[in-house]
Amino acid sequence: MNQWIDILDVNDIPRLGARVVRHESLAIAVFRNAEDEIFALEDRCPHKGGPLSQGIVHGRKVTCPLHGWNIELEGGCAVAPDVGCAREFPIRIEDGRVWLDLAAVTREAA
Amino acid sequence: MDMSTPMGRGPKLKLVMVGNGMAGVRTLEELLKLAPELYDITVFGAEPHPNYNRILLSPVLAGEQTVDDIILNPLDWYADNGITLHMGKKIVKIDRVKRLVIADDGTEAAYDRLLIATGSNPFILPVPGKDLPGVISFRDIADVDAMIRAASTYRHAVVIGGGLLGLEAANGLMKRGMGVSVVHIAPWLMERQLDEPAARLLQKSLEEKGMKFLLQKQTAELVAGADGRVASIRFKDGSEVPADLVVMAVGIRPNSELAESAGIHCNRGIVVTDTLQTVTDPRIYSIGECAAHRGVAYGLVAPLFEQAKVCANHLAHYGIARYEGSVTSTKLKVTGIDLFSAGDFMGGEGTESILYSDPLGGVYKKLVIKDNKLVGGVMYGDTVDGAWYFSLLRDGKDITELRDHLMFGQDHCGNLGHQGINKAAAMTDDMEVCGCNGVCKGDIVKAIREKGLFTLEDVRKHTKASSSCGSCTGLVEQILAVTAGGDYSAAPKKKSVCGCTDHTHEEVRAAIRERKFLSIPQVMQAMEWRTPNGCASCRPALNYYLISTWPGEAEDDPQSRFINERAHANIQKDGTYSVIPRMWGGQTTPAELKRIAIVAEKYNIPTVKVTGGQRIDLLGVKKEDLPKVWADLDMPSGHAYGKALRTVKTCVGSEWCRFGTQDSTQMGIELEKVFFKMWAPHKVKLAVSGCPRNCAEVAIKDVGVIGVDSGWEIYIGGNGGIKTEVAQFLIKVKTAEEVLEYSGAFLQLYREEARYLDRTVHYLERVGLDYVKKKILDDPEGRRALYERLLFALSVEKDPWVERAKEGKHQHEFETVVA
Repeated sequence: MNQWIDILDVNDIPRLGARVVRHESLAIAVFRNAEDEIFALEDRCPHKGGPLSQGIVHGRKVTCPLHGWNIELEGGCAVAPDVGCAREFPIRIEDGRVWLDLAAVTREAA
Repeated sequence: MDMSTPMGRGPKLKLVMVGNGMAGVRTLEELLKLAPELYDITVFGAEPHPNYNRILLSPVLAGEQTVDDIILNPLDWYADNGITLHMGKKIVKIDRVKRLVIADDGTEAAYDRLLIATGSNPFILPVPGKDLPGVISFRDIADVDAMIRAASTYRHAVVIGGGLLGLEAANGLMKRGMGVSVVHIAPWLMERQLDEPAARLLQKSLEEKGMKFLLQKQTAELVAGADGRVASIRFKDGSEVPADLVVMAVGIRPNSELAESAGIHCNRGIVVTDTLQTVTDPRIYSIGECAAHRGVAYGLVAPLFEQAKVCANHLAHYGIARYEGSVTSTKLKVTGIDLFSAGDFMGGEGTESILYSDPLGGVYKKLVIKDNKLVGGVMYGDTVDGAWYFSLLRDGKDITELRDHLMFGQDHCGNLGHQGINKAAAMTDDMEVCGCNGVCKGDIVKAIREKGLFTLEDVRKHTKASSSCGSCTGLVEQILAVTAGGDYSAAPKKKSVCGCTDHTHEEVRAAIRERKFLSIPQVMQAMEWRTPNGCASCRPALNYYLISTWPGEAEDDPQSRFINERAHANIQKDGTYSVIPRMWGGQTTPAELKRIAIVAEKYNIPTVKVTGGQRIDLLGVKKEDLPKVWADLDMPSGHAYGKALRTVKTCVGSEWCRFGTQDSTQMGIELEKVFFKMWAPHKVKLAVSGCPRNCAEVAIKDVGVIGVDSGWEIYIGGNGGIKTEVAQFLIKVKTAEEVLEYSGAFLQLYREEARYLDRTVHYLERVGLDYVKKKILDDPEGRRALYERLLFALSVEKDPWVERAKEGKHQHEFETVVA
């Protein structure tokens, strides 16, 4: 079962930036790139848990602010040679609003 | 000629490679990375093996590794990448009209592009008996097998040739139990890499291992025994020694026979252009030991891999790379012998040499200098600084200021990194190599073996070793040399800003200034960035170059700033932030201290700490709380995170101190108030001491000021970090105004000319103190103009904490959304 909830406006996220969305104890980084594509990843770098939302966004990647790992925004996996993935969450865009599937969030957390 | 090609549709182009060696296969690997779908690839190799690491034949011969250990691309690799591999088939003809190649067994393959990577052949002395059984060369796995077989039956080996290859062969045969004599025509060993004293030391230690030498001997004939096998070697002087195995290692020749027979221009190798295409036929490329580029056929891995990159780039239709030649260095792979040589090690007219010789200790070093630049060197017994010397040599760096300490290595030139260990071979796997990133020797060896790494850059990427402070670079290179056998030196090239562009920092800066670019997209578009919006390396650099060149006009892009400069606080490992309120010159008041105490309690700030820069650090602040913390503190924060003016450290000075000659605290406060909000290529730290006792430690600051009775002495370019560097004296001035003007002018020069992320020490190293003196001391108008430009840039900067705490700027940065 999906549980889509409206979380924020696309324009609330700076281009080449991110916003943090909290659900209970989980922090989700919602990214927007130069082409206005939106991605949602758990706000934890697979390396040492750095907050990816605070990194620099370029192309379809984000560079972690702590040690400079590059993470693919689509899929959440580190760019080789680094290895590891951040959890990715399903989102969809409707009329400029970003919707998040809360069911997927809680399901995976469980 | 039809050079147009289908890209990503229709039938694929056909690429045929003749030769299945290291340079050729590396080209295919690079090509598959760039354009995996462009070609159907067919490879012909004369040897019945997949691509292996030819450099490591010596350790295989010596019994230290096996053939399986040195395979680089197993058969699966060819299959996985859809490459048709013909092993054990030698191409005997190229038909350039029909565009096909024909192998000795009649196999044919058509090509659209042909890559000739046939490597080199050993040079065989044209003496009677050269074809006798028992006479071999040292070039491939078959030769090594023959030597290993001979070693189990026969006793007397003679190696002809006392160069790199010959000595490695001799060492291997000796380890296999044979008595080995090395015949060499020159007066000393490895005369192309060593001078006589170094060669004598090498000879001595090899003799101690049991090797015999016959120097200045010329081979006349190889004499057969009763069984028809070689039995002895006779020299031109009439003497003769027994030999039931003769290894010819007198040199190699580019293998250009096939190309020549196809009418391709050859001159000591297949002549190629800067894109590795043959000059005769642009469909045909050549790379590796068979190719002659600008008259040089390279035989070392690093330049060949550099060629591979360029060749692949061209084959992939990118066409933006050029190969412009390489400087090379040499290491001998004989376990227990440390030897390094590079450049013009003999010296000669117009050069001078610095020598260090300790024959008993078995250490010899010679550095050759010309016009204040290192042009060559040879080292025996202690080679840990080889990489450092090689980089000085390659970069053509002016060594005037290093000269006194040059011989004693990088550690004696102010590098505190970590010391003590300088022999990688003596280290156990669990010993730490890279202290910055916690990488042990075992990790590096494992990565090199499993991932097939060859260059320092590869190791840095995969293991992070040597990627931070760099003080372990020498060790990592030794480990590479021991494990991969590679010569690890990178080919010289201008340093581009990052992988997104080929332009250097200087080129980008000049373009921003001359063409008046005001935004990052403008720069990227005009300078043809390869990526849509750069990366985490180039964007912050571009942002800094823009705002420092066009203050008040260029856009400051927060999304191109590292998080600390975007959030205006210092991110910690757990994702919280630290706040360091500015205390001008390290001086504070009871009122400020009270506010700090109240804030710390109100926001449950877990740690309150006094910093090394005479301030108070509030650690563990939640990002959401930052604007409120700043508002309650009502103090500007301290830029304690940014590439900007950090602290101005002071001693108490003449106001209280019985030794003080000047009011250093007041001077420090003034400097800090004037330079506050100054962005820079990297962090900038200042200090002011009130007398030469120097309690404020000005000698390790970017700008240090010492009060003396008659005025102030200004020092620049000090550094207390990874690379401890004592600041250099710039000038003595009389008044506080002059201190501001001279310091400011120097800082502005640094702001305008240094590469992003270079500290003042790196900038000074690059341009030299004399240059700075010319700009600041000899040119009063220029100095004042620099200072004016700095003051103007500072006048348009706003206080980012006031903006965020009181004016609500960038609130989204600090708010989270709750779902």
